[in-house]
Amino acid sequence: MPEQLIFAMEVTLNGLMAGVLYALVALGFVLIFKASGIFNFAQGVMALFAAMTLVGIMDGQVPFSHLINAIFGTDLHHFGWHIPALLAIVLTTGVMVGLAWCVQQFVMRHLVNQPPIILFMATIGLAYFLEGLSDLMWGSEIKNLDVGLPQGINLWIDEVTFNIFGYGFFIDNLDIVATIIAALLVVSLMAFSQYTKEGRAMRAVADDHQAALSVGISLNFIWVLVWSLAGFVALVAGIMWGTKSGVQFSLSLIALKALPVLMLGGFTSIPGAIVGGLIIGVGEQLFEFAIGAPYFGGATQNWFAYVLALIFLVFRPQGLFGEKIIERV
Amino acid sequence: MFYREAGDFKTSYIDDGQTFPIRFDRYRFYAVLAVAFLVVPFIVGDYTANAILLPFLIYAIAAIGLNILTGYCGQVSLGTGGFMAVGAYACYKLMTAFPEVSIFIHVILSGGVTAAVGVLFGLPSLRIKGFYLAVATLAAQFFLVWLFNRVPWFYNYSASGQISAPEREVFGVAVTGPHTEAWATYLFCLVFCLGTGLVARNLTRGTLGRSWMAIRDMDIAAEIIGVNPLRAKLTAFAVSSFFVGIAGALFFAVYLGAVEVGEVFGIQKSFLVLFMIIIGGLGSIFGSFAGAAFLVLLPVILKLVGVNLLGFPTDIVAHFQLIIVGSLIILFLVLEPHGIARLWNVTREKLRLWPFPH
Repeated sequence: MPEQLIFAMEVTLNGLMAGVLYALVALGFVLIFKASGIFNFAQGVMALFAAMTLVGIMDGQVPFSHLINAIFGTDLHHFGWHIPALLAIVLTTGVMVGLAWCVQQFVMRHLVNQPPIILFMATIGLAYFLEGLSDLMWGSEIKNLDVGLPQGINLWIDEVTFNIFGYGFFIDNLDIVATIIAALLVVSLMAFSQYTKEGRAMRAVADDHQAALSVGISLNFIWVLVWSLAGFVALVAGIMWGTKSGVQFSLSLIALKALPVLMLGGFTSIPGAIVGGLIIGVGEQLFEFAIGAPYFGGATQNWFAYVLALIFLVFRPQGLFGEKIIERV
Repeated sequence: MFYREAGDFKTSYIDDGQTFPIRFDRYRFYAVLAVAFLVVPFIVGDYTANAILLPFLIYAIAAIGLNILTGYCGQVSLGTGGFMAVGAYACYKLMTAFPEVSIFIHVILSGGVTAAVGVLFGLPSLRIKGFYLAVATLAAQFFLVWLFNRVPWFYNYSASGQISAPEREVFGVAVTGPHTEAWATYLFCLVFCLGTGLVARNLTRGTLGRSWMAIRDMDIAAEIIGVNPLRAKLTAFAVSSFFVGIAGALFFAVYLGAVEVGEVFGIQKSFLVLFMIIIGGLGSIFGSFAGAAFLVLLPVILKLVGVNLLGFPTDIVAHFQLIIVGSLIILFLVLEPHGIARLWNVTREKLRLWPFPH
């Protein structure tokens, strides 16, 4: 087999894995959009906030220590304990639920019935707020996140592919774990919305706010629930990306990466988010490998996804799996 | 008492259609102009010019541009930074290719180049709406920044990948390059700011502006009553990008002098200008100025209060700035979606009746 083809296969596989991670972020967007029609720009910053909180809790960092030190001249930094990862994840989930409640109580409740674009801009404001808050709370330096996920090259795949092609593929263990977790997450979210009372209520709200209200579903509760779920998905995405490349500001930029995924897959479809993520992941890696790096001097990943989505949208404005857009005067 | 139209009779159509129909408004406008042109240049120092006045004037131009697109025509754009970069690089290429032509013409031409690029990226807006379009404009942002970073022709193959403005003069006074005087750069930007402000104000009052607003309020209904959406949307993109391009050219040539595209014209700049028009007021020229002034002054004031007065470390103040800007955006959207401009209008209505409100 020609060498180029083997490389291309490796690149494709890696692209698939990256695509899963994009899809994970996109999933959070879809959840909120389906249930409340809000396009949540802050999803990426929520992932950053969740990951930072997780690290902070695990290492026993004192929240706002920098600020407290600056005001009172003290020298606080750590409580001096280490909390096991699982407990810390549970605690962080609690924090994200609290955040969801705050968002609903202080922001979204007051913006009911506003045009979607106003809500969108409000979430940009929320993104800025959260970014400042997470920096203020936990400090802005790059942190290592290790919750015990396996990392490094997967030797088994390396060996198998070496025996077949005479060239070992480099696949990160973390990517494989991420894929499995993402699949589990999607299945459990689907089961949740299909088989539980709250999940059904959520779908009812997504379908028609007023009809849902009239049969006695609490909109407030459902929206808090949805934001909490999105917060949890953000936490999972934050753990994955944080383990991969450290918890730092650039984590919030993955939200920008998830936007074309959404446009491709459609804002309202969970399978769309997955398929869109995979297409973008593979597409940008292959484009960089085949055209970007040899002819354009590389780093085409920055814009390829957007341009792909843009071209795609011109022909199918609702995305691959999105509901047909019907406009009335 | 002063602020009313009573007794101000219009006897000709020209009078009736003037930019500021109320006499007090008109005189106030002349007074502001007089101060800006005749007083400020003599007292302006390097620090005030560079920290406050120049960014204010330039961001005001950019905010007017974005406000035409977003506030008047309803097409949200997150690509402002990218379009400013087009203006900056067009200006750079023109300045180095035709050194004998006046910088004044270069800046206007780079606005024209940006308008062409803006129309190109505005084409999808005919099919894509709402935040689909907002995301689509991100394509422009990332693609353009990447382009200027990676294609050496744009930065004349310089080793650092930066562009820096050569020295150019207007009436024998340097306005770009390292040896500029604060008052000269200030006046240069002020002229552009005044020009774009007047053009924008009058465009938005006329046929074009009304067709933009019709598209914004409901595009299908506008189409049915005979507004051509193709024309309205593309002109909005063109005019908006023209202004944004001028702002980008001034930002590079006059204000910064040397630019690294990813840092200066990144996505943060797009958001900054968007925030200016949200806080200032969507669909208001005055709001563009107010928003620009607000967001230029905010960091300066925060730094004064936080670092100099309270003695906080700079990074904490920077974090607080993010929190404050974020909360202000939400606060304005919740309490006053039309921004500072609306607050000013409310004050004006009160002033008209003052001191006898009933």
